[in-house]
Amino acid sequence: MDHGTKNHAHVIGYGTYILVWLGLLSFTGITVAVAGMDLQFYNIAIALIIATVKAIMVMTIFMHLKFEDRVFRIFATVAILTLLIFLVLTFFDYSFAR
Amino acid sequence: MNHSNAVQAHMHRDDYGAKIGMWLFLFTELILFGGLFIVYAVYRFTYGDGFSLASKELDTLVGMINTIVLLTSSLTMAMSITAIQQGRRRLSIGLVGATNALALVFMVNKYFEWTAKFHHGLFPGGKELLERTNGEILYFGLYYVMTGLHAIHVLIGMVIMTFMMVYLKTGHVNKDSFVKLENSGLYWHLVDLIWIFLFPLFYLIH
Amino acid sequence: MSNHALASQSARTDFMRAAGSRKGILSWILSTDHKRIGILYMIAMGIFFAVGVLFGLLIRLELIAPGKTIMEAQTYNSVFTLHGIIMIFLFIIPGLPAVFGNFFLPILIGARDVSFPRLNLLSWWLFVAGGLMAIVSVFLPGGPADTGWTFYIPYSVRTSTNVIPALLAAFTLGFSSILTGINFVTTVHRLRAPGMTWFRMPLFIWSLYATGWVQVLATPIVGITLLLVVVERALGVGIFDPALGGDPILYQHLFWIYSHPAVYIMILPAMGLISEVIPVFARRTIFGYSFIAFSSIAIALLGSLVWAHHMFTVGMSDTAQWIFSLLTFLVSIPSAIKVFNWVSTLYKGSIELEPPMLFALAFIFQFSIGGFTGLMQGALALNMHLHDTSFIVAHFHYVMFGGTGFGIFAAMHYWFPKMFGKMYNKARANVSFILIFIGFNVLYFPLFIAGYMGMPRRYYDYLPEFQSLHFISTIGSWILVLGLIMMVANLLMGLRNGSRASSNPWGGTTLEWTIQSPPTVENFETIPVVATGPYDYSRYERGEHA
Repeated sequence: MDHGTKNHAHVIGYGTYILVWLGLLSFTGITVAVAGMDLQFYNIAIALIIATVKAIMVMTIFMHLKFEDRVFRIFATVAILTLLIFLVLTFFDYSFAR
Repeated sequence: MNHSNAVQAHMHRDDYGAKIGMWLFLFTELILFGGLFIVYAVYRFTYGDGFSLASKELDTLVGMINTIVLLTSSLTMAMSITAIQQGRRRLSIGLVGATNALALVFMVNKYFEWTAKFHHGLFPGGKELLERTNGEILYFGLYYVMTGLHAIHVLIGMVIMTFMMVYLKTGHVNKDSFVKLENSGLYWHLVDLIWIFLFPLFYLIH
Repeated sequence: MSNHALASQSARTDFMRAAGSRKGILSWILSTDHKRIGILYMIAMGIFFAVGVLFGLLIRLELIAPGKTIMEAQTYNSVFTLHGIIMIFLFIIPGLPAVFGNFFLPILIGARDVSFPRLNLLSWWLFVAGGLMAIVSVFLPGGPADTGWTFYIPYSVRTSTNVIPALLAAFTLGFSSILTGINFVTTVHRLRAPGMTWFRMPLFIWSLYATGWVQVLATPIVGITLLLVVVERALGVGIFDPALGGDPILYQHLFWIYSHPAVYIMILPAMGLISEVIPVFARRTIFGYSFIAFSSIAIALLGSLVWAHHMFTVGMSDTAQWIFSLLTFLVSIPSAIKVFNWVSTLYKGSIELEPPMLFALAFIFQFSIGGFTGLMQGALALNMHLHDTSFIVAHFHYVMFGGTGFGIFAAMHYWFPKMFGKMYNKARANVSFILIFIGFNVLYFPLFIAGYMGMPRRYYDYLPEFQSLHFISTIGSWILVLGLIMMVANLLMGLRNGSRASSNPWGGTTLEWTIQSPPTVENFETIPVVATGPYDYSRYERGEHA
């Protein structure tokens, strides 16, 4: 249970960060390119999926969630799920006939 | 500390606890913006056409440049932690400085973007805006509120980065004690995360 | 912390007298000692509570007869708004966590302080700043806000009263509450003493932990919502203004996404406190420990999903109506589990009716009434009839005052000897309890009946047929206030010249009773090693009375 000593365990190389950064830049390019096409509903879906992938990359590598203890990942999941539940429950009102 | 109690020594500096606290704070930030995203989702759902019409007024190129700037600043921020872990203090200061400079570039871009909109009368209560449909009015309302709140967070981030540079210089943040820098990094990445969603939602919905 | 060195030299000096680096009042308002901060909160909250009670008394006095009695309608609107803002944001939400949570959370888990002592002090300062802003808003030109504590759009955008200062006050208080939540969650994760596993934690800690999560995850929503109203008023953005396409109902959604979980921020710590008091005065190991612990988490979770039951009459979609009604019924299950477990703990216990126990038993009684009437309103058909009547007023006062308020009083009487090392006069405490109990029920029960008959809430005037009920209710308010004054006076007298209390006057088994009263700055000379669960009364149950 004692985590006090292993705080400094992970040193993440510059190379990893640069790879992630290149990935993020490519996804930015892709999302802008896709937005230029007319795909109706799929435009927003693809944009949000790409944004989510980018967000996961930032959280796992830049924010070290991949290297932290499990409790951090559980916390982050709880917080994000809470927000999603708020959104979904609100839409039970808006997406059905009033 | 004259107790040689392991518990107490351990509790004297609790980097792990500091990170838990920081993450909890980030969740409050996430939910703060989350409220705005809920508002956005509801009005986007209600006024889809108005939103896509209004979003054509934004310059995708400026948005994309700002996205790249912020992503790069996240990179330099993350690398500055590796640098201090390796004991390369000057490099770390330089990287935090780069983060700060990129944040400034972002703000300057934002400034020109907003000023241009204001010139066209596209601001809350502006004459030009009030003549448009409700969807467009709401789009611009949310655009200013959400990117505005985000910009405030960028400004706060710049203040934090300046402090970090001082701390690195004085050695208050060093090879063995860098949780403050880590937590500042977490904050900065969250600011980036928010923008990752703001960008497609405002600039890319044609 | 210069206090550390000093305290270990003279380990018996309690935290009230310990010499720090600062003198006089500064040694309090700049202290990072969780116990001093708890007492600072107690003083600040006591003052706000007195003001809130005064406003409540004025509301009741105005309503003693139809028509104008003592004030104009506009004044009346401001008075009930301020009563709500003060009682909700300045008394009940911070009530148990900020006062008793601050004081006892570290002690109950065997720690010397919370994880972030300076953040803790900052949250007290934000609390005071928010409170002062609320008070200043009363005296600024424009007059005090008259929107009700809910700040419903569109009226809160149109009224000319000082809504913006009141909103910013609520925002600041929300921030203070968030910081407390962050601190408590981190402390529970990091600073439990060796051997203090999750399932050896006192149930008060479980409830504070669940509350901390709700504070962290729900409060920001109301923060941004109130800011949006400020922006709306100041700039006319149109986010909630129907004239520009905005949706006032969306405001209600956002407001209640926080404000319904907020009622669990208010009640959960009180439930935890009752779980502490019941086993001590029944001399029984708590029945169903893990059920009570998990029900706290379940309440925090389910309580975040039921907000729209405040909005059944505003015209939501039918789907949303029945889903939120269903979820509302579900949230009653964990609350009921707690009540069953408390009652089962009492069964065959050696019950001692000391003042804290009396308040705890009244809690169970009144919370049950409040809970059941809540279920009634969760039913869609009945809700149409009861919405915005004084039935609702009675319901939430039964839960918030009859529940949380009585929980706070129970905590005050339970932990008073530990906090101050003195004992109050128990006979006077019992008499004041009886007055408060009778006054409370006489005050609020008639409002159930009046509301069921159709008396709207927040009305300045009413039809003559409601007068007898309002009259009884107002009489109740006088009895209640009499009891409150007597209780506070008795505690203050106990503080001045009460008899010296032993370190464990009630025979409690949790960690706070193992240290001296009042505790030292460091709480524990050496951090305890915990080997058993919190409520071990097996020796009493075997018949070996200590």
